[in-house]
Amino acid sequence: MSARDEILGRVRSALVGASPAVEVPRGYRTRGDASVDVLALFAERVADYRADVVRCSPDEVEAMIAGALAGARAVVPPELGWHVPDAVVDTGLSALELDELDAVVTAAAVGIAETGTVVLDHGPGQGRRALSLVPDLHVCVVLAEQVVAGVPEGVARLDPTRPTTWISGPSATSDIELNRVEGVHGPRRLVVVLVG
Amino acid sequence: MSATFVGMPAFPEAARNALADAQLRGNLALATRTIRGKRLRVVGELPDWEELRLAGAALKDSALLSLDSSLERLEASLTAAGATVHWASDAAEACSIVASVARDHGVDEVVKVKSMATQEIELNEHLAAEGIAAWETDLAELIVQLGDDLPSHILVPAIHRNRAEIREIFLRRMADVGRPAPADLTDEPVELANAARLHLREKFLRAKVAVSGANFAVADTGTLVVVESEGNGRMCLTLPDVLVSVVGIEKVVPTWQDLEVFLQLLPRSSTGERMNPYTSTWTGVTPGDGPQEVHVVLLDNGRTRALADEVGRQALRCIRCSACLNVCPVYERTGGHAYGSVYPGPIGAILNPLLRGVGESDQLDSLPYASSLCGACFEACPVRIDIPSVLVDLRAKVVDAHRPSAKPEAAAMKAAAWSFGSGSRLGVLERASGVFGGLASRMVRRRSTSGRTALSRLPFAGAWTGARDLPAPPKESFRAWWKRTDGGRR
Ligand code: SF4
Repeated sequence: MSARDEILGRVRSALVGASPAVEVPRGYRTRGDASVDVLALFAERVADYRADVVRCSPDEVEAMIAGALAGARAVVPPELGWHVPDAVVDTGLSALELDELDAVVTAAAVGIAETGTVVLDHGPGQGRRALSLVPDLHVCVVLAEQVVAGVPEGVARLDPTRPTTWISGPSATSDIELNRVEGVHGPRRLVVVLVG
Repeated sequence: MSATFVGMPAFPEAARNALADAQLRGNLALATRTIRGKRLRVVGELPDWEELRLAGAALKDSALLSLDSSLERLEASLTAAGATVHWASDAAEACSIVASVARDHGVDEVVKVKSMATQEIELNEHLAAEGIAAWETDLAELIVQLGDDLPSHILVPAIHRNRAEIREIFLRRMADVGRPAPADLTDEPVELANAARLHLREKFLRAKVAVSGANFAVADTGTLVVVESEGNGRMCLTLPDVLVSVVGIEKVVPTWQDLEVFLQLLPRSSTGERMNPYTSTWTGVTPGDGPQEVHVVLLDNGRTRALADEVGRQALRCIRCSACLNVCPVYERTGGHAYGSVYPGPIGAILNPLLRGVGESDQLDSLPYASSLCGACFEACPVRIDIPSVLVDLRAKVVDAHRPSAKPEAAAMKAAAWSFGSGSRLGVLERASGVFGGLASRMVRRRSTSGRTALSRLPFAGAWTGARDLPAPPKESFRAWWKRTDGGRR
């Protein structure tokens, strides 16, 4: 007998007499409180993780990106939508090549206010996953209309067939005597540019 | 990597050794207190926390109570998304599947992201025997691995090591296995973390094969989820060409939407954050992005045994957040090693015997007694696992297995299990009278008038209590120590 048949057989005999019908009570909040300013909350919660947050209007985005980079050598995905002078456009760079660059600029898919989370689904303007992982500074541009109140609204906007990366502040560890240290393997600095 | 839990002494003896270690006790008390405080703050922020717990428990139950069809759906959606699905009935099968994938690619090393399932099956030892080095990339796991040590906490496995010890381990061992630690390394946490960053980056950039676990596996879509802090998970899930994920069959959740519940419950219960720094989800193979060869090993290794236990099967809901460890008065003082398993604390006290069977070893059979049945674990558990009820039920099974003639005690235990299972656990027991009340008063933690907690007296004589009392250490008994230090608070 294959392991598959063996395991499924054991599952079935373990469940003899058990009723498979389970009522799932969904009494939790699936929409945010309309009286809350989600953009202000998002900015505050992202900053709580010791990420930098800057807010600007649509025509200031390129200046904000340039300010965040402060001359760092950046890689950008194709179709970013904002011009980043002197940036390298990703054409499938190797991990070693990405490691030679200082920064990356990407768009985002969703922002979640309650948890201060940016989600990338690695669609247009966001680049493949390695891009926003290897360089040490990640500048991420989030549009006002991408920001939702809570996790349920965020999950609902995402497509499960795409890979997603949920980012809540820069990488961190508390493994040494519970001291929080920013930056182990992911980007050690995160700058979120919130537009609108 | 030579360290192992096999042949561990039973809990009371191991607990005595741990209690004698003041460093461990101090670190643990600090760690658990800190995490408890953070957890309470972020849980308190959510007005619907109880509703989320109810939904989380029901969602896991709905996947588990139709686990055969849940797994078939998961397999079909993974396969459709380009992943190769393997099934492993036990640890040996799972290890050889991973080893054969590594061999197919001709590698002599893999990078690993922290995973309880791969620790449970002792994958690293198995790969080492085949000449394949498995590099742990989580900072704490790296400390444990380089120190030839055992993890002591699900979430912060190196909590028993202080910064001076970590510095010493890095200086002594990093050079043997890759990029050496800087010679002028100090014991500042920032410097230690940076030494780990440099040491591991070399391995990430060259790795061809990565091994992970998964926190959740979505049946409908075939999506796997890894929740982490440091970014080593993202490195492993993104940079290598080949990814093998070892996933316990109880990790399945029904739909993508259900992640809206678990991605709120897990980080707040676990690290006490609104959200952990990084969560990765992936669904099979994405052309041009990440590993182009994706394997998923669905692991039983005792889970179907646990599933067959009507009272105990709720333990399979566990999302490994470690909240129950941090609130447990026994765990806080003995630490994780005393449980003799990768699953320590209250969940370990039920999960280990459920996975491996009652009556199999004295070590396993001692675990259901490693508790004062205070109920704090149930209150903290984000998926409402009623650990006290399962403990009492398992005690009855241990009694049955060891003393087939001890019918009155077994019957009393079963009665207690029934009562615990009915919902209002502690209150009912405390109000109960007669034989039943007498039993209960010996099992539950009492609250003294000062509001402080104390372990109940252990007044029984004979073999039955011999299995559950904590033997007196040579110099100072557990209870004397407890009294003198006010349960470790002084
Ligand atoms: S039993 Fe509950 S509290 Fe304990 S680790 Fe599992 S999910 Fe967390």
